[in-house]
Amino acid sequence: MAIFSAVVLSMPIWMSPFGAAYPDILQKFVIFGVFAIGYNILFGLTGYLSFGHAAFLGVGSYTAVWSFKLLSMNIIPAILLSVLMSGIFAVAMGYIALRRSGIYFSILTLAFAQMCYNLAYSVLTPITNGETGLQLAKSDPRIIDRLFSEAGEGLPSTTLFGIETSGYSGFYISAVIMILAFYVSLKIFNSSFGLKLKAIKSNQNRMRYLGFNTKPYLLTAFVISGMYAGLAGGLLAATDPLAGAERMQWTASGEVILMTILGGVGTLFGPLLGVIIIKYFENIFSAVNQVDLHSFYALLPDWLEDIMVAVSSMFVGEGWHLTLGLLFMFVVAFLPKGVLQGVEIGYKKISSYFSKSPTKSTKKADTGANHGE
Amino acid sequence: MASKAVLQVSNVLKTFGGLKALNNLNLTIEEGTVHAIIGPNGAGKSTLLNVCIGQLTPDTGSVEFDGQNITGKSPHQISQQGISRVFQTPQIFEDLNIFQNVMIPALAQADGEFTFNPFKGLDQRKDVEQEALRIIDEMNLTSQMYDRAGAMSRGNKRRLELAMCLVQKPKLLLLDEPTAGMARADTNQTIEILKKIKASGMTKVIIEHDMNVVFSLADRVSVLAQGTIIAEGTPQEMRESELVKEAYLGGATI
Repeated sequence: MAIFSAVVLSMPIWMSPFGAAYPDILQKFVIFGVFAIGYNILFGLTGYLSFGHAAFLGVGSYTAVWSFKLLSMNIIPAILLSVLMSGIFAVAMGYIALRRSGIYFSILTLAFAQMCYNLAYSVLTPITNGETGLQLAKSDPRIIDRLFSEAGEGLPSTTLFGIETSGYSGFYISAVIMILAFYVSLKIFNSSFGLKLKAIKSNQNRMRYLGFNTKPYLLTAFVISGMYAGLAGGLLAATDPLAGAERMQWTASGEVILMTILGGVGTLFGPLLGVIIIKYFENIFSAVNQVDLHSFYALLPDWLEDIMVAVSSMFVGEGWHLTLGLLFMFVVAFLPKGVLQGVEIGYKKISSYFSKSPTKSTKKADTGANHGE
Repeated sequence: MASKAVLQVSNVLKTFGGLKALNNLNLTIEEGTVHAIIGPNGAGKSTLLNVCIGQLTPDTGSVEFDGQNITGKSPHQISQQGISRVFQTPQIFEDLNIFQNVMIPALAQADGEFTFNPFKGLDQRKDVEQEALRIIDEMNLTSQMYDRAGAMSRGNKRRLELAMCLVQKPKLLLLDEPTAGMARADTNQTIEILKKIKASGMTKVIIEHDMNVVFSLADRVSVLAQGTIIAEGTPQEMRESELVKEAYLGGATI
């Protein structure tokens, strides 16, 4: 746990060689980390594949922004309320969707999430502000803040008792929350409750014949993971106080499924690894352009350089989806337990290869562990 | 030895389409006995067990267990009242190891049908763990305790499932062909285990084709054909009954 915390908090340092050491993407790593950790509690432990978790992310964001508008710019009430609100939504959605299992459960969750998405664009426009997205305004009441101070000039920014929650401080606040969230999920994985959830995944009928009422177990897991999604949504709004309906679209649910499967479903670190890979591709790979490629291949002869640039440019910039798609296909086909399995296999091979010279093997083990986190 | 009835099946009718799988069946299982149910394939033996554990609800009639009507109750409620079942094809948690497989039914006893304690680590459940380890040892599975259950031999899977049922200390244990598909040596081992638990006084219902098993274990035998009990008595009586021979060999017409 201590090592894990250290690795997460030192991300600004060891991410810099990868060109990802700026606060915006670091925040995304940890916030979507919370989302994926929560999703893994449902999908990894019980095997129920939800296509609707983006709805909770959206609910969390809207709730947080409303809390900024009505109550206070402090992120504490915003985050608590967004967790609570998404929990309520998860109870409603889980109660209905968990009447079915397998593909029907997935379809029901998908339908529910799309319903939320479309409502946010149409009927619920007074709450969600439709396509423009929910934004802060100068005229917002902010009841709690008004008790202590007068409204200042311009738009206030989100704070944690005076600490600004954008930029690096936003990353550190989110990272601490993510570490706590990870600790809770670790506890759940190692508890008898977690074992029962794994047993439900393995053979739900047997669980019933052994005397377990499986419904409340599934509903609890569903609500916990929904609240994690709400927490992530609240954090997204806390670092950037703006909520739009596109956060609830089914592609956002699909993204968290990709992250979980890519990293390693049912493992503790896998989903986090998946988040880093996908968010890295989305933000860094997509920004690579022809000029970058030319400088990357500058050492090659000109004619070869042109060919290499032409080939590579299909995979970067706009084409980052292609690279990600190929990677995903490779992982699902050859590493059914995700990239984490690949890291484990690689680590075993390397450590057995270097077992004669122990100093080298520990060195390799260090880097392996870093990637694993 | 006739004492009170643990299980009382009264006038149970269960139809699938036009087929009467159970046709006004009556059956009484007395406390502390080992009651064998035999009969040709398709006689309704497994359907009878399915009705007893709540997997199927009878069309008419009732099932009483331990003085309470359990007709129409859900499987987990019936299990919590004290009926455990070993299935014809082992129903275990294939993805988990043997220790975890036995821990879960032990937890069902300790926690009831639902307990929300996601922060109570497994290492804090020493009492439950001890009970599980004792049963695993009794079933000679200790050496494979951390192996994945799905990778075991069929005989071991059956023994594991028996361990999972025994750790719950049920009042009534239902065994659906506990030795089917087993090698001779495994069968003998299973008979030994069943004899050992017979001494504990647990009431058991055994569905079995292997007459050696039936005659070495059972106190009472009921013969089931076409959804009704056609004969009942001691193993000796059943061995000599013409009716039973006819049911097995000639396709009984009653």
